[in-house]
Amino acid sequence: MALDTTPKGWRSWVRYALLIVMAIIILFPIYTTIVASLKPGNRVLRNPLVPDSFTLDVLGDAWTQGRLGRYLWNSAVVAVIVTAFQLITSIASAYAFSFLRFPLKRFFFAIFMATLLVPFEVTLLINRRTVDSLGWLNTYQGLAVPFLATAFGTFLLRQVFMQIPKDLNEAASMDGLGHWGFMREVAVPLVRPTLGALGLFSFLASWNQYLWPTMITTEDDMNTIQSGLRLLRSSDLDKPNLIMAGTIIAAVPILVVLVVFQRQLVRGLTAGAVKG
Amino acid sequence: MSGATKRRWRDVPLAAVMLGPSLVVLVAFVLYPLGRAVWLGQQRCNVQATKCRSVGWGQYTDVLMSNEFQSAVWVTVKFALITVPVGLALGIGLAVLADKHMRHIGFFRTVFSSTVATSVAVASLMWLFLLQPSVGVLANIGWLNDIFPVIKEPGLLNDKGTALSSVAISSIWANLGFTFIIITAGLQGIPRELQESAFVDGAGGWRRFTNVTLPLLGPTLLFTTVVLTSRAFQAYGEIDLLTNGGPVPQQSTTTVTYLIYGSSSIIKSNEGLKAAVAVLLFVILLGLSALQFRGLGKRVHYGS
Repeated sequence: MALDTTPKGWRSWVRYALLIVMAIIILFPIYTTIVASLKPGNRVLRNPLVPDSFTLDVLGDAWTQGRLGRYLWNSAVVAVIVTAFQLITSIASAYAFSFLRFPLKRFFFAIFMATLLVPFEVTLLINRRTVDSLGWLNTYQGLAVPFLATAFGTFLLRQVFMQIPKDLNEAASMDGLGHWGFMREVAVPLVRPTLGALGLFSFLASWNQYLWPTMITTEDDMNTIQSGLRLLRSSDLDKPNLIMAGTIIAAVPILVVLVVFQRQLVRGLTAGAVKG
Repeated sequence: MSGATKRRWRDVPLAAVMLGPSLVVLVAFVLYPLGRAVWLGQQRCNVQATKCRSVGWGQYTDVLMSNEFQSAVWVTVKFALITVPVGLALGIGLAVLADKHMRHIGFFRTVFSSTVATSVAVASLMWLFLLQPSVGVLANIGWLNDIFPVIKEPGLLNDKGTALSSVAISSIWANLGFTFIIITAGLQGIPRELQESAFVDGAGGWRRFTNVTLPLLGPTLLFTTVVLTSRAFQAYGEIDLLTNGGPVPQQSTTTVTYLIYGSSSIIKSNEGLKAAVAVLLFVILLGLSALQFRGLGKRVHYGS
């Protein structure tokens, strides 16, 4: 007997009512932000809940005055570099830990895993000095290099690599398929779904970084969208609609990314849910 | 050279090429800074942090005993005690509410997931515009101010009683999309037959939820709890944008992370103290994750 859990009658009305109330509560901050960003400055404080006037000028002003285009570009450059490198370095190191023989393998693996326990908040303080002494303040290198490798990605991919039978690797090497060939033909295709999830995870994590860019950016040209929003907030509180327009513009690209990659989203977010 | 030794060393050059880049980055930007922070934590520096000299490991004890540090830890714990249970409960509630075959359910799922697209800066600015006492939305709704005068004077973010909860609400909202998506995925992983057999055994909706759904959600809920707790302990952006650690003089929203990095933190120009606080935060987080996995791990059903 199949259990039909589709609610009927008054139960379904109660459920709809709850769904609608929750949807309104969750959408409320987004709604007020959109309403404010579409109102001219002199109208924004009156009837903040009612879209009684409409202009696209504020969005335009936020784009030009706030230099949001530049910030978005910086964020995209950094996030793409970080994601690409994290995928490559994770594949390489996970492969080494899974299929290569070398001395002190356990020791090196322990080093990788130990880094998982260290939160950014502890290291950024010193990393700022390092980046400063390398002359990398206000540069893409400064924003990206500390995050080019990830023990988390290594661990995740190694979990999948370890499921590949060792015989397969040995058979491949007898057939003259070296490690590079085996990696390209067998290992990487097998982890492709995991790579998608890891890639999205890395991209979001990099894009959403807030503390680091605010620490090493002093020139306006090198702000990411997150540190740029901070700048917008500190300069223009007398123009709240401008800040709200900036917020909308900042949110749109990531919304597009999530819609395009929604198949990877759940796996990307749960990537950390390592099976016990 | 024997065959076995040869095989043992054959892969070394390739391993070096493959591990090298990761190893360099992880050592230079994770392990070295950790060690350096531990060392810096017992030093006192000039304001430019160009010259530092050791003042002894007692500096860690001094920090640990200081009112500023203890207050920051307490604020952080309160923040976690608000955001984690409320966020989790709302996430479970929404996921269960939307886990039915109904018309337009896809629309509601999209809405409930939507805040996953907001970064901490985006979410905080949206809430700043709601809560700010002069230009904020709530402050410009007349009847609301008559009931809750605190909204306008001094403002929810400026009152020592409401500031932390206000930041917490913004944070819960921002994390809700994530929580909803994860728990919904967890619900969909529960085998239908289990629900059905419980139904056949005469279990009502609520008992099916507490006896079947909730235990089987264990691993998902553990994961969500761990993520939400670590996010609470590392909360920075929302505090930087909404309250700057204030209101002063109580520093009601100065969390440990804000104490280290905040632009109006009391130790902002003392690198040695900042490092000491950072190391202590590391120890706290380490203890916390050990605790979570031991305590919660026992009560979790991993299924088969």
